Amino acid sequence: MHLKYESQLREPLVNGKKTYHDVTEDIVRPIEAKPSKLWYIGFYIAVALLLFGIYSVYRDVTYGIGQWNLNKTVGWGWDITNFVWWVGIGHAGTLISAILLLFRQGWRTGVNRAAEAMTIFAVMCAGQFPIWHMGRVWMGFFVLPYPNTRGPLWVNFNSPLLWDVFAISTYFTVSLLFWYSGLLPDLATVRDRAKTKLRKYLYGVASFGWNGSTKHWQRHESLSLVLAGLSAPLVLSVHTIVSFDFATSVIPGWHTTIFPPYFVAGAIFSGFAMVQTLLLIVRKVFAMEDYITIGHIEAMNKVIVLTGSIVGCAYLTELFMAFYSQNKYEGYAFFYSRANFFSPYGWAYWGMMTCNVLSPQIFWFKKLRRNLFVTFFMSVIVNIGMWFERFVIIVTSIYRDYLPSSWTVYYSPSIWEIGFYVGTFGLFFTCFFLFAKYFPVIAIAEIKHVLKTSGESFKESVDNIEKQSAAEFAHEYAH
Amino acid sequence: MAKKKFVVGCYDDEAVLFSAVKKIRTAGYKIKDVYTPFPVHGLDHALGMRETSIHTAGFIYGITGTTTALSCMSWILASDWPLNIGGKPHFALPAWIPITFELTVLFAAVGMVYTFCYLCQLAPFVKKHHFHPRATDDLFVMVIECTEKTNTEDLQAFVKNAGAVEVNVQVAEEGWWFGRYDKNEMPFEQKIVAA
Repeated sequence: MHLKYESQLREPLVNGKKTYHDVTEDIVRPIEAKPSKLWYIGFYIAVALLLFGIYSVYRDVTYGIGQWNLNKTVGWGWDITNFVWWVGIGHAGTLISAILLLFRQGWRTGVNRAAEAMTIFAVMCAGQFPIWHMGRVWMGFFVLPYPNTRGPLWVNFNSPLLWDVFAISTYFTVSLLFWYSGLLPDLATVRDRAKTKLRKYLYGVASFGWNGSTKHWQRHESLSLVLAGLSAPLVLSVHTIVSFDFATSVIPGWHTTIFPPYFVAGAIFSGFAMVQTLLLIVRKVFAMEDYITIGHIEAMNKVIVLTGSIVGCAYLTELFMAFYSQNKYEGYAFFYSRANFFSPYGWAYWGMMTCNVLSPQIFWFKKLRRNLFVTFFMSVIVNIGMWFERFVIIVTSIYRDYLPSSWTVYYSPSIWEIGFYVGTFGLFFTCFFLFAKYFPVIAIAEIKHVLKTSGESFKESVDNIEKQSAAEFAHEYAH
Repeated sequence: MAKKKFVVGCYDDEAVLFSAVKKIRTAGYKIKDVYTPFPVHGLDHALGMRETSIHTAGFIYGITGTTTALSCMSWILASDWPLNIGGKPHFALPAWIPITFELTVLFAAVGMVYTFCYLCQLAPFVKKHHFHPRATDDLFVMVIECTEKTNTEDLQAFVKNAGAVEVNVQVAEEGWWFGRYDKNEMPFEQKIVAA
């Protein structure tokens, strides 16, 4: 066998001296135990929010989206803001599971399962907004290219809005397949430990009869690698295409070529923040501190400060280009509507700047990166900031168009617009609570895979190797 | 399908497992499979399995997606119903790249997952015989196929000597069947091959 050795300078990925069985026990315990009171409270709140959202959407369909406060110039308000925000959040899951897999980052194993679940739920929430924004939603299938009796009148494949249809639905499908194929072995673990008949039956159905055969694992590894290879460019393409919705138009403030990388960085930024929010709660509530270690949290905070700074650079580049191009409309959008604190939406722009660019800079300090309270607080701040970013991009670019008689000083959402947004929080957290209760929140098989090379007990066993001189080491391990 | 007789040896350490696999294979026994709780790298080669070609299947699905997207879009927008969009060319290849890419990924991913499930015989309601419930927890379960000539006593002793923590003989169905995991049943009991 080849030498497996990882430096002691790296923190262990699994704390505590765990055996394989301990890993199973720790991760499956929340599934087999009765949920705590906190779980019920959280779940009922989420369901209540979801119900309010459903009622808001019901009104959108029966009365039409006229009940929203959209007006002559602001045709995309909260609705599309929320769409972009949720899609962005979804990106972190794929980034963790796909791109970090390709980069061989061991720490992804502790967080990838929950992050992928988060991706799926976030994309589900995101999808609601363009669907209900259609207004006459029963005509929704018109976006699909199918032979019809209206000509056939096909969809316009040159339109970024149609690219979105393909991008989001592909992204959802591929994420779901990736997530579920990874779950199969872990569901089989739950099945084989199950004590009650119902649990045996249900996990038996869900695990597809997985038995851990070597050949199956070989194919599974190959499948995961190729799906990761496909998902990595996919995740970049999805937010690129979302940014095309804006960038291919000729609206000042939207018409910029910098949008794709800028949106992707922002998506990763907000997604990691949401992963932090969720995982800090999960590790506390389910006592997963040994698997989601401070090291994991620090690694994600590093990604946050990196992507936050990229986003900051993009903001400054936009401002510079607005100045350098000497285009009056561009200048108006950036220097009056946005950067001027006293313009109607100046507060939103500076709120965005504070939350996204300035505040994450505290993560340059190791002490703050490893502080749970700071991390949790920042994760919420970042997501507020990223919501503002999308709001700023959409509303400040269109609330004053080329015809001043159409201008409205203020666009503010109606209760049903807010209700719809709140409802997607309900959907997201309802799904996440159910996931946390019924599925292993950490990838059991993947943790076992890194246990012997990165677990704490392994780190101690290589003590002797660390003490050896280079010559001794070479003598012992050279073949 | 038919039932067969197997000698089952369970190991609790992958380092021991590797040397055991080597010993047992050199002794001429046929290892049907090793069931492990997580992917053990190198075990497939130790068992003499060939590389999987599932990624090749993925590539074929992928180019199917590419061709589908490009041929559909060019037929629709350039031939079946050409639309004049701002006087731009009907055959607008650059604008079709996003959808072509998405369909490539979609076809490859969906196709590969279905192929994976088909090859591994995985589906809801599919049941298989599991040689040890801890094979998905912390044991590496090696299953050796017996023939008429196999002396199971000897083989069990051999497997034990190679470091197994638990050894037994099981007569079991090799394939899969539709069943539920809360009930113990194994169909196809008519004939027992290699008693």
